[in-house]
Amino acid sequence: MDRLEIAGIEAPGDLSARLDAVGYLADEGVATAAFLALRMGRPLFLEGEAGVGKTSLARALAEVADAPLIRLQCYEGLDVTQALYDWDFPRQLLHLRAAEAVGVDDVEAVERDLYDRRFLIARPLLQAIETSPSVLLVDEIDRADDEFEAFLLEVLSEFTITVPELGTVKARTPPLVVLTSNRTREVHDALKRRCLYHWLDHPGFDREVAIIRRRHPEASERLASDVARAAAALRTQDLLKPPGVAESLDWTEALLALGARELDPDHAARTLGAVLKYREDQERVRAAGLEVLVR
Amino acid sequence: MSTGPGDGIVSTLVGFARTLRAAGVDAGPDRLQAMVCALAELDAGSRSDTYWAGRTTLCAGPDDVERYDRAFEAWFGGEEPARLRPRTVVRVPREAAVPATAQQGDDAAGDPSKAATASEQEILRHRDVARLTEPERAELRRMLALLQGPAPTRVSRRLRPAARGPLDQRRTVRAMLERGGEPARLRRHRRSDRPRRLVLLVDVSGSMAPYADTLLRFAHAATTRRPGTEVFTLGTRLTRVTRELADRTPDGALAAVSASVADWSGGTRLGADLKEFLDRYGQRGTARGAVVVVASDGWERGDTGLLGEQMARLHRLAWRVVWVNPHKGRAGYEPLTAGMAAALPHVDDFVSGHSFAAYEELSAALTGSGRHRA
Repeated sequence: MDRLEIAGIEAPGDLSARLDAVGYLADEGVATAAFLALRMGRPLFLEGEAGVGKTSLARALAEVADAPLIRLQCYEGLDVTQALYDWDFPRQLLHLRAAEAVGVDDVEAVERDLYDRRFLIARPLLQAIETSPSVLLVDEIDRADDEFEAFLLEVLSEFTITVPELGTVKARTPPLVVLTSNRTREVHDALKRRCLYHWLDHPGFDREVAIIRRRHPEASERLASDVARAAAALRTQDLLKPPGVAESLDWTEALLALGARELDPDHAARTLGAVLKYREDQERVRAAGLEVLVR
Repeated sequence: MSTGPGDGIVSTLVGFARTLRAAGVDAGPDRLQAMVCALAELDAGSRSDTYWAGRTTLCAGPDDVERYDRAFEAWFGGEEPARLRPRTVVRVPREAAVPATAQQGDDAAGDPSKAATASEQEILRHRDVARLTEPERAELRRMLALLQGPAPTRVSRRLRPAARGPLDQRRTVRAMLERGGEPARLRRHRRSDRPRRLVLLVDVSGSMAPYADTLLRFAHAATTRRPGTEVFTLGTRLTRVTRELADRTPDGALAAVSASVADWSGGTRLGADLKEFLDRYGQRGTARGAVVVVASDGWERGDTGLLGEQMARLHRLAWRVVWVNPHKGRAGYEPLTAGMAAALPHVDDFVSGHSFAAYEELSAALTGSGRHRA
């Protein structure tokens, strides 16, 4: 088996129904891209504004595949010992001391023991290769250094990792890989070429209402559509950080906590901080009048 | 491949890829092959399956998606793809005709035919450059030499071995292990410094025409000297030319830039361009903690209020903002253009760019040998 298989998924439509069942409402594009990633055994490269559901897609795919989600959060300075594997030095040292205390003559055996699998700490990439099946999420790849990309590319094309002291580990079933980027810098072409690319957009009105109601079943149809409409209106205003779906969900939660049944100017004013995270944005929206958000 | 789409479809797709390349998407043979594989998993007769198979395999960024949509519309039109015969390459404009900011709330955005008429209001001009002359080459070499100084740095999260600093447990234990567990010298590490990113925004509008070439050569020198430098051109639209400038040969790089900039010697919309830069690149990270150089004469055809607002935003994000104005070198120059006056309060260094001596001043501001930001 050279790729992760999920029984009963023969077309993008099947996948979107299964994603729907675990609470992720995928549109045709997302479903097709994810379906192709599964079928072609290629990593899925997701880009889009913050809060459009890149990470939640990976989570939902793991749930559909009934496989553990292994996450590698990238940051500047991320290196191999954090991403791949590391030797557990303190334990090795203890082992050595213990062997000394007992007194052994077979030095070679002690040395062999010292580099045994049990002293190896598997970091996300090795974990994903050792765990079959699994879904590997490489989150915010744009935050890692570009040298790391080259290394990642190597792992993603072979799905084998060589530990000099132990030998080569090869994935029985390569994991389904999802990479996300917020575009703080341009990711190398070579890496993108390995992947299927998908640009996630803000959802349309109906889909957003459905997402809000799915996540917050206690919200009324009225409240959900008020929030979706207001969020869409905010996205057309010139804001530093237009609200994503994540913000609409936060907003709904805040409104529900206040017992709101619909969005009125008073409730909107009190909960604006849940949807707009910049002072300039809040000022701009207040100056334009909150009435335009409430219809 | 036995299960793959038929030959007719493959040749249709080859033609489509050519159209796409003409539209500015890097749809090479490997990407095209991926599309064929993708289509084999889907329904090749369905328009939307064809659309998505191509979009996931041929595009590499949101700019590509825009161009892809237009090329797809132009090539496949309203017909079902399976019935198509190969045709000649369809001409598709390289860039969206209306800047992204003007599209909001405008129904022309999704409609290529309307977008095409809108583009006629904007003067688009490509430029052919000849090979560099010997004096230009010499100038480039001197610029490279100028930029040899150390770049301003910031503290990185990355730790490097050092004589003094916090204890490096991992290396200490490793050293002990090598000696069979005997205590070893303590190893230490500390945070390292990384050069700050350099971002150049070069105005290529009509009023800057005499200086734009030199500025772009300077940009090429900066890209060569400082990997990670980002370069954009400003005019009636924003164009990212970092990739074009990555060509190591100055001839190749400058020719590529000329080919990709569509608004050569046109008007300026500084404020709108700057806003687009900050929205799409700057705020995400490109401008954060960076040294940002704006090379322009400050002739703003649009709203100077917008320019001031965006400069303030840029100044909050960047570590240092340098403005290069070629006219500043003239005797008796006063920053009288409204755009310049709006921008100046948000500029750390205001330098001239009319002569080579002026570039020394600019380089000093960029190599950290200039005065530091208060």
